[in-house]
Amino acid sequence: MAILEVRNVEKSFGKTNVLKGISFDLNEGDVLSIIGSSGSGKTTLLRCINFLETADSGKITVDGDVIFDSSSETKLSKKEQLEKQLSIGLVFQDFNLFPQYNILDNVTLALKVRARKRPDFRKNKKEILKEIEEKALSVIKKMGLEDKIYNYPCELSGGQKQRVSIARAMALEPKILFFDEPTSALDPELTGEILKVIRELAEDNMTMVIVTHEMTFAKEVSDYIVFMDNGIIAEEGKAEDVIGNPKTERLRAFLSKISD
Amino acid sequence: MSFSVVTTDLLVGFLENIKLFGVTLLLAIPLGLVIALGSMTKFTPLRKFTRGFVWAIRGTPLMLQLFVVLYVPGLVFDVQIPGNNPRFTAAVIAFVINYACYFSEIYRGGIEGIPKGQYEAGQVLGLSKSQTFFKVVLMQVVKHIVPPMGNEIMTLIKDTSLARVIAIGEVITKAESFSAKGIIWPLFYTGVFFLVFCGILTIVLGKIEKKLDYYKG
Ligand SMILES: Nc1ncnc2c1ncn2[C@@H]1O[C@H](COP(=O)(O)OP(=O)(O)OP(=O)(O)O)[C@@H](O)[C@H]1O
Ligand SMILES: [Mg+2]
Repeated sequence: MAILEVRNVEKSFGKTNVLKGISFDLNEGDVLSIIGSSGSGKTTLLRCINFLETADSGKITVDGDVIFDSSSETKLSKKEQLEKQLSIGLVFQDFNLFPQYNILDNVTLALKVRARKRPDFRKNKKEILKEIEEKALSVIKKMGLEDKIYNYPCELSGGQKQRVSIARAMALEPKILFFDEPTSALDPELTGEILKVIRELAEDNMTMVIVTHEMTFAKEVSDYIVFMDNGIIAEEGKAEDVIGNPKTERLRAFLSKISD
Repeated sequence: MSFSVVTTDLLVGFLENIKLFGVTLLLAIPLGLVIALGSMTKFTPLRKFTRGFVWAIRGTPLMLQLFVVLYVPGLVFDVQIPGNNPRFTAAVIAFVINYACYFSEIYRGGIEGIPKGQYEAGQVLGLSKSQTFFKVVLMQVVKHIVPPMGNEIMTLIKDTSLARVIAIGEVITKAESFSAKGIIWPLFYTGVFFLVFCGILTIVLGKIEKKLDYYKG
């Protein structure tokens, strides 16, 4: 069974019909890349799945758990929504780190705030906080930032900031990790370090959805590629087929434009 | 007239300035937050009303507002300002409303200046709106508003001398009672009190800014 099922998701902003019925499946451990020209609706799709926007219609299921269903009578409460939100992590294009906290605190903040709500928090406060810290340190280490834990975001390079933001998302142990153009706010020489980190996550069988303009990377790291055009999925398939052997004129045009 | 007699007398007056300053700050800082929330609410009638009110307060002289607070309740509604020192109470009311409106605009600017991404990051990390506000946004707002709040606070101590128009015995009023007897210099001497006070404020505010300077952004 697919870990993420997206069915007929539609979204309009006023009169602009941005998503015109998007459906796809993602299997556990797979990497899906979403490509497509600017304005085709890639970010909007990610935001709808992450509850940053509310889709107008459609159904989204994560690991058998329906997180959004426009046809259902009962609406999720804010609290339920926050719980479900946690099954999906999101790495933003422009990091959105918390500037007033050091790297360790950026990674632990959400875990610590949420731990306070645990019934046994007062009794086991010390152990809980220690556990959180250890978990955070292990993801920070994985991102190669163990010597920066007491630095503030303003003291890091763009690539390091993006690695912190990946660590922050990973610390919550999401079932799926989403990336929205994780390298496009970075200088070209810094994109490599982020792509390397994502590649390592893929080797660890992390399920990921990546919006990217890096075609070579997409082809190499992803199992599946979806090409979005003007609010629909115009072509999809195995990575090497979609990039190596495009069937639609649209995708051919897009690929040749990008490779210039 | 000896220097020490004048100094003592002026100090008594300046104490009124400080009292008005302190009470105004204490009340206007929280009231400003309430007004700021009103001016940002999604409930349009309340938002429009609040913004209109702030506009009216910022668009008229504080001196006029002092007169309005002192006279209008009695003349129009036939109610007396309570307390054993109604003039001082009137001054406090006018100052608090006036400064709360200025503060509210500073707060609003500070809150609206926080990038949307900060709220979104809080949300995708599973924090509720209020958790995000208190744990993520608030400190950043404080850092952004300290310099403009500092300016307003420096202006406040100087503005307190306006209270003399409703016969509060503040420092300049005291000095004028000397000049009525032909001694002019105490009038200029009052400047020293303000200068010293502003000097202290500058140091304190500078310390706060420095404390918040451990990060950028
Ligand atoms: N909040 C919004 N209000 C109105 N229109 C919006 C909003 N967000 C996105 N849009 C519109 O939706 C369309 C798709 O935008 P989206 O950001 O999803 O594209 P994208 O594929 O991510 O593009 P890019 O590659 O440039 O990031 C655009 O035409 C955009 O103007
Ligand atoms: Mg986008």
